[in-house]
Amino acid sequence: MTSMSILLALASEPKLPKLPDSPYFWMPPRVSTIAADSDFLYEAMTWGSAVCAAAIFYAMWHFCTKYRAKSRAANEVAGQSSEHNTALEITWSIIPLFVCIALFVGGFKGFVDIRTPPKGAMEIRATGQKWKWLFTYPGLGTPEDMLHVPVNTNVRIVINAVDVLHSLYMPVLRVKMDAVPGRYTDLWFKATETGDFPIFCAEYCGTSHSDMLSHLIVHPPGEYETWLSNTIAKADSVTGKDRGAMLYEKQGCSTCHTTDGTPKVGPSWKGIWGKSESMTGGGSVTVDENYVRESLMDPQAKIVLGFTPAMPTYKGKLSEKDIDGIIEYIKSLK
Amino acid sequence: MASPSTTADAVAPRSSPGDDNYLTHDKGIASWAFTLDHKRIGVMYLISVLCAFALGGTFALILRTELLTPGHTIIDHDTYNQMFTLHGAIMVFLVIIPGIPAALGNIILPLQLGAKDVAFPRLNLASYYLWITGAVLMLTSLAINAVDTGWTFYTPYSTTTSTAVVPAAFGAFVLGFSSIFTGLNFIVTIHKLRPPGMTWFRMPLFVWALYSTALIQVLATPVIGITLLMMIVERTLHIGIFDPALGGDPVLFQHFFWFYSHPAVYIMVVPAFGVIGDIIPVFSRKKIFGYKFIAVSSLAIAFLGFLVWGHHMFVSGQSVLAGTIFSAITFLIAIPTAIKVFNWTATMYKGVIHLDTPMLYALAFLWVFTIGGLTGVFLAVMSVDVHLTDTYFVVAHFHYVMMGGAITALMGGLHYWWPKAFGRMYDEKMGRLGAILVFIGLNVTFFPQFILGSRGMPRRYYNYLPEFQHLHMLSTFGAYTLGAGFLLTAYFLAKSLKHGKIAPANPWGGTTLEWQCPSPPPYYNFTKTPVVTQGPYDGYENLVYDEKIGGYLPRPNKAEA
Amino acid sequence: MSETTSEPVGEPKGGQKHDGHPGHDHPEEHAGHGHGDAHAHGNSPHLAHHFDSYQQQFDAGKLGIWLFLLTEVLFFAGLFCAYTIYRAMHPEVFVYAHYFLNTTMGAINTCVLLISSLTAAWAVRNAQLGQKSLLMLNIVITIACACTFMVVKYFEYSHKFHDGLLPGPRFHPTEQVWEVESFKLKHPEAAEYAERLAKAAEEKKKKPAAAVAIVPGTEQPTFEKPTEEQLEPLVKAGLIGPLSEEPGGISRPKDAHVFFSCYFFMTGLHGIHVLAGIGVWIWLLVRASKGQFGPKYFGPIDYAALYWHLVDLIWIYLFPLLYLIH
Ligand code: HEA
Ligand code: HEA
Ligand code: HEC
Ligand code: CUA
Ligand SMILES: [Cu+2]
Repeated sequence: MTSMSILLALASEPKLPKLPDSPYFWMPPRVSTIAADSDFLYEAMTWGSAVCAAAIFYAMWHFCTKYRAKSRAANEVAGQSSEHNTALEITWSIIPLFVCIALFVGGFKGFVDIRTPPKGAMEIRATGQKWKWLFTYPGLGTPEDMLHVPVNTNVRIVINAVDVLHSLYMPVLRVKMDAVPGRYTDLWFKATETGDFPIFCAEYCGTSHSDMLSHLIVHPPGEYETWLSNTIAKADSVTGKDRGAMLYEKQGCSTCHTTDGTPKVGPSWKGIWGKSESMTGGGSVTVDENYVRESLMDPQAKIVLGFTPAMPTYKGKLSEKDIDGIIEYIKSLK
Repeated sequence: MASPSTTADAVAPRSSPGDDNYLTHDKGIASWAFTLDHKRIGVMYLISVLCAFALGGTFALILRTELLTPGHTIIDHDTYNQMFTLHGAIMVFLVIIPGIPAALGNIILPLQLGAKDVAFPRLNLASYYLWITGAVLMLTSLAINAVDTGWTFYTPYSTTTSTAVVPAAFGAFVLGFSSIFTGLNFIVTIHKLRPPGMTWFRMPLFVWALYSTALIQVLATPVIGITLLMMIVERTLHIGIFDPALGGDPVLFQHFFWFYSHPAVYIMVVPAFGVIGDIIPVFSRKKIFGYKFIAVSSLAIAFLGFLVWGHHMFVSGQSVLAGTIFSAITFLIAIPTAIKVFNWTATMYKGVIHLDTPMLYALAFLWVFTIGGLTGVFLAVMSVDVHLTDTYFVVAHFHYVMMGGAITALMGGLHYWWPKAFGRMYDEKMGRLGAILVFIGLNVTFFPQFILGSRGMPRRYYNYLPEFQHLHMLSTFGAYTLGAGFLLTAYFLAKSLKHGKIAPANPWGGTTLEWQCPSPPPYYNFTKTPVVTQGPYDGYENLVYDEKIGGYLPRPNKAEA
Repeated sequence: MSETTSEPVGEPKGGQKHDGHPGHDHPEEHAGHGHGDAHAHGNSPHLAHHFDSYQQQFDAGKLGIWLFLLTEVLFFAGLFCAYTIYRAMHPEVFVYAHYFLNTTMGAINTCVLLISSLTAAWAVRNAQLGQKSLLMLNIVITIACACTFMVVKYFEYSHKFHDGLLPGPRFHPTEQVWEVESFKLKHPEAAEYAERLAKAAEEKKKKPAAAVAIVPGTEQPTFEKPTEEQLEPLVKAGLIGPLSEEPGGISRPKDAHVFFSCYFFMTGLHGIHVLAGIGVWIWLLVRASKGQFGPKYFGPIDYAALYWHLVDLIWIYLFPLLYLIH
């Protein structure tokens, strides 16, 4: 499947990402250079643990059948065997120790690899906010809600969060990194296969934590650039109400606001324009240009009655053109 | 090898219900509510903890039922989030931390030391009421607007969510002090109230385990206290210690939290080691293998447990160097634990094995804990943890060690000491059936979660991709089996209180001191302080089974005054 | 309350393995007065039923109190840890804010606590020697010192409240740090320089920016180049430069309120411990007045004194960490 056909499919029927079938029993498919390394350790441990658990189970079973008492009344006396054996005990302490050292070294190497982005990697910004991932690409002013990357290219994702902790998790890449408000973290990867893969939020962040999903779209060579330039062109050209509608999806307003009148985390936008809204703590406000602007720049300033101060600020994230677009869009929702 | 000198009057013939014992010594609610007797306090703890367990377990069943299908099944997002938070918080703070030490330990520890009580009986009662206060606070949160932060209370979510975080966190704070006081009491008791002749290396392994646990309780718990206090103040006064918007550091909270909560996992499991260490030799009729190694490895685990907290934070943004150090020390803990597992297994070699209910639980523990522990090692491998952290793999790991380890041992201990504590035998057939149901249910519930997690299913997910549904359903059916097992257990244990056979003083043939006083023990435990002349697992050959009383008596010709 | 069966005490166990202190051998019998405790041994009113001897009871209590103090130390350790981390992260905030604390009051409180620690230790000796009235006197002095401490703290706190020196969003200091007495005393030149800077900044704000820019070089007409003495204290306290809330002008450092979070949290928690201590001493005073303590039974006084030394010790750390910052 080329990435364009994926995108077409997504456009017509968006929503749930899908985890592709995996050739492995335990793990999802491996789509990064890191995956093989960490899976090797995982598999080695799985087999090692299976052997270890089987051995203990066998020993238990064997002893329980072989040395099972006839009855209490028989008053059997345990056979002679030593009550400790230093050589044996040292052996079974030393062997696990070596196993552990080997595992530690393996894990350490892999971790250093995971945590050290190669020089010259392509950079994409990811922002976690309740409950949407936003990805910002070089040269593109508005963020996108999916992560697009070219195949076989080193990509570094610089992550932060707006409100609470989140964690960017892409199982097929075997990478994960917390998004922490007030600081930047990063991860890197090199995707080895094209396709559409799930992104999860792996750090608990409230109500819709489990719906904070997104798509990782790995483009075949060349198509990423095409996608980016198309998107830039499109994003700049859209204005007015259409721009508002676009931002409604891409900025994640849709996670909290509906356009059909049903309240979600925030009030629905349907028919609010010009209406007078009661506020927590008394008073009321008419929804007009200034109020919408304030709701975006300083959402905690006035809280609509019956709602919590859950809305993140969009200060610095929306241009004048964007705000105008949102205002037009809300106006249009009669 | 001489049997204890007080055998003659201590291994009293069975006590009949009319005898004066701690259950019948005083009557009325007040005689329980204000009692200073360790056994009564232990019994009150036991009942309270089991109620909390039933509540936490009920929440778990609701969680599992919700997870039968992706999306909405029976409850909504927010309720789900509140459920798993309360499930986790109740199970951890109300059930498993006080479970073995405060409930079983209170009843058994002074008996095993031949003492009349713990060192500070008033403090002991105070701990119990602190527990009650903590429980009430947690339930208050449930009643107002149940806390939804996860049991970890991570900031800044916990300082900004609109649910009742403060009562729950304050509850955990109070429960911390309950735990500290129990630990303090036990340390002093073990140091100062051992009977003549009981040297450190003649202490039963249960006592060793409680001692190690108590050290962790005293040293780690204050830190969670102050951390929760800071979090509460942050939430109410916005002092900016953890809140990034005010110049604080949210990751600092995680460091503080895990500085306690990692050692706390050993508060949960080390007493379980003690129970297993007591059960296996008695039911194998053979001295425990490598007593000293087992005893000292508890201390090693307690010590190392303080140095590994960062393994919960490999992807939190902590430095690579810090992660490396934490990972390395984490592996070291596997060694003392391995010693224990191998020694217990070796104890059965050439034994005379009785597969009664306590032993079945001990065997279940051995195997299930091994799996839980080994998967802990997966998580300690940094590169693998990056993929597995915050997925169901972690959920499976900690249920294997907590539910499969600590709770299984609690059940084992409960069945083992039930005749001693209440003077009645339960229905053995039912007991075995219960143990088997729990063992099967446990594996069916939590094994699929290893697969789920490895395949990328994140934890704390109300909704999930349809790809994961089959394994979730399997897990849910396992949980129902578990529920059935525990219900059955609750039923026959309750029934035995009235209808059970009268228990002899020593139904299993144990040689630790608690089996030397009648069942149930009299108010003052021992009329004469026993003098210890042998190790805790010596002298099985000096006991003979008497079918008439259904228990063991000293071998007549060998018993000396 | 469960009642006691009077039950013979186990035979004295001479060879028993207790880590006894050689110097403290107390006979079993206790001739003391006082009311029989529900759990007393026949004629030993303060010996709980589950102990065999006063020595054993005393040792148990002593170990218990030490463990308790250990948990207290760890409890505060969390705070000290947070303090260290924030001080390392924002040293300028601590330099800035400490000028607002009144070192004299802090010093008075340190002395007061030290005296009370002395009297507490003396009280233990009195109890051991059975000097009832001296014991009561020392307890009274201890309590008086503790109350003095709290009164001084009350004045310090109300001062802070009044000056808007509060944690979190309530932080609105009414005074600039260079107007504060202790700053002026320590860095007179810097204070004077800061004053001028602030005035200039104000002026600049009033004038439209364009007007200033007309003649090049007129932005700082009245200033000669500042000296080290003038500049350094201001930079260290984050008043000017990149750490300031107003990087171009003169103001306070960013997140300065965090210091007061630490200050109130640490001293507040310590204050609660002082209050608890006062309660304990009053209770012991009542017991002492009944003559309950003597050579055989003085544990409670000993334990309370140990607790009191710890409370004192914590203050000895808090004082320099909060009041005496360079
Ligand atoms: C009773 C509780 C308990 C116990 C005993 C343990 C025991 C261990 N735990 Fe676990 N753990 C938890 C409770 C517990 N844990 C909880 C509650 C969490 C999650 C909290 C949350 O996030 O909500 C957690 C999470 C957790 C993590 C973080 C995962 C993550 O969030 O990313 C890690 C990582 O290192 C870890 C490791 C270990 C290790 C190495 C042990 C070791 O002590 C295990 C040692 C035992 C063995 C190894 C088995 C016996 C040995 C042998 C049979 C010999 C052969 C062995 C070798 C050769 C290695 N645990
Ligand atoms: C001691 C600890 C403990 C125990 C025993 C359990 C027991 C169980 N737990 Fe839980 N669990 C946690 C500690 C524990 N848990 C923690 C800390 C979390 C993390 C929370 C968080 O993320 O913040 C968690 C999270 C957690 C989740 C993940 C939620 C999510 O991430 O979305 C799930 C899902 O399956 C689950 C299921 C279960 C089940 C099915 C049981 C079953 O084993 C329960 C079986 C018990 C019963 C069914 C009760 C029946 C009892 C009676 C009827 C009376 C008994 C009386 C007598 C015996 C006398 N638990
Ligand atoms: C995390 C949830 C969340 C997100 C995301 C979110 N909001 Fe909100 N919003 C709320 C809540 C809750 C309220 C009501 C409380 C308040 O007034 O702050 C609200 C209120 C508003 C209001 C005032 C509505 C009224 O009825 O008075 C406007 C306008 C608004 N949001 C616009 C937006 C826009 C535009 C976006 C996206 C760019 C957005 N919101 C994203 C939660 C959210
Ligand atoms: Cu975002 Cu979970
Ligand atoms: Cu841990």
